[in-house]
Amino acid sequence: MLGLKTSNIWKSYNGNQILTDCSFSFAEQGVYILTGPNGCGKSTFLRICALIELPDRGEISYFSNGNVVQEDLSLRRRITLVLPKVGVFNTTVFKNVAYGLTIRGIKGNERQEKVNRALEFVGLSHKRNQNARTLSSGETQRLGIARALVIEPEILFLDEPTASVDQKNTQIIEDIILKMKKEHSSTVIITTHDRAQAERLTDHLLLIKEGKIVSL
Amino acid sequence: MSTILESFAAALSLILHLNKELLGIILLSLKVSGIALAVATLIGLPLSALLGFKKFPLKGLLVSILNTFMGLPPVVVGLFVYLLLSRSGPLGFMALLYTPTAMVIAQTILALPIVTSLSHSAIIGVDPIIKQASMTLGATPSQVSLTVIREARYGIMSAIIAGFGRVMAEVGAILIVGGNIAGFTRVMTTTIALETDKGNFELALALGIILLSISLGINSALHLIQKKGMVGASR
Repeated sequence: MLGLKTSNIWKSYNGNQILTDCSFSFAEQGVYILTGPNGCGKSTFLRICALIELPDRGEISYFSNGNVVQEDLSLRRRITLVLPKVGVFNTTVFKNVAYGLTIRGIKGNERQEKVNRALEFVGLSHKRNQNARTLSSGETQRLGIARALVIEPEILFLDEPTASVDQKNTQIIEDIILKMKKEHSSTVIITTHDRAQAERLTDHLLLIKEGKIVSL
Repeated sequence: MSTILESFAAALSLILHLNKELLGIILLSLKVSGIALAVATLIGLPLSALLGFKKFPLKGLLVSILNTFMGLPPVVVGLFVYLLLSRSGPLGFMALLYTPTAMVIAQTILALPIVTSLSHSAIIGVDPIIKQASMTLGATPSQVSLTVIREARYGIMSAIIAGFGRVMAEVGAILIVGGNIAGFTRVMTTTIALETDKGNFELALALGIILLSISLGINSALHLIQKKGMVGASR
């Protein structure tokens, strides 16, 4: 199992201190939800954890069976981040979901089966041959989740997955997260500003307060 | 008016009877322009990718030069290539002047800035979120670049088609470096210029109709490509 530890993370933008000596350890598998008001630094923290952004100071370390895992392409391929605005490739839903497998050299039946399973998991099987850019916002968010799930990440980061979707899709996405929680197959770290939603979805509730992570 | 109509009727007859001379001129035009476009694409695409993905000194200046060269006057290119290939020029020993190869060189110079500059615009126009999505899914830097190029494919195809339109309609440069030699370097545009001068409007009109049809075909293809790309850009 892959774990993650952040130590004394500092980050500021244009003189505004966002994260202040922020430390936390995600050592247990499960669903973690990071909450807090807009602009408190949730997404910044997530992007730093997902190795998309560098902190000003501090350290991110990934570990497996007590050993530190070196930060390289193979580690990057064990984690993934779904952004609030999903970058949809201008091709079919199927090819979008298959992307992570294709770049890993997975082809043929194996790829097909994995993509079909992921599409079924998020309820998009019937749209597999459609151009992904014709999907609604909610469906696009589900596509982003399927695209991440298909590569079976050991740690999955979801940044505000329901921020720009309607109520129906919010419910569908919440059900997907609850299914992931039930399956216990990976660590899922989610940000949301909706406290009620956070409480509905997890026992590992975290709050970003004054630039630091507080466990609730 | 009757002269125009008669010439038009004679031109249609030439087309319908697949006149041998006419066919030879069309095939040479397509061959010269096709090779020039292929060479321009082979050089222009990697160059546009380099400009799109890499940071290096004077990159901005290079982009500005390319943009300026999109409007390069063909006769100036013709003169430049002529001076290069003429017997007293630096490449005179190759004896390429007044050959289809010289015409290909001139047309490549004309198409290259268009293909490169428009492809570069297409690449940098891809939403940065695509690059980020690709990275978060574990792509290597070269896989990220290929993904961005794939996303820019409709823009790149438009760039190639625009380059083809430019070279097919060009007359000044190829007239200078090709010499308009019958059966050897005579292409559609140079024939139209020559036959009009001679008052032989039938052949000129026939070629004009074909050139316009090719232009219509190119524009229709461009429209279809842009329409297809629009589906993707709608969200």
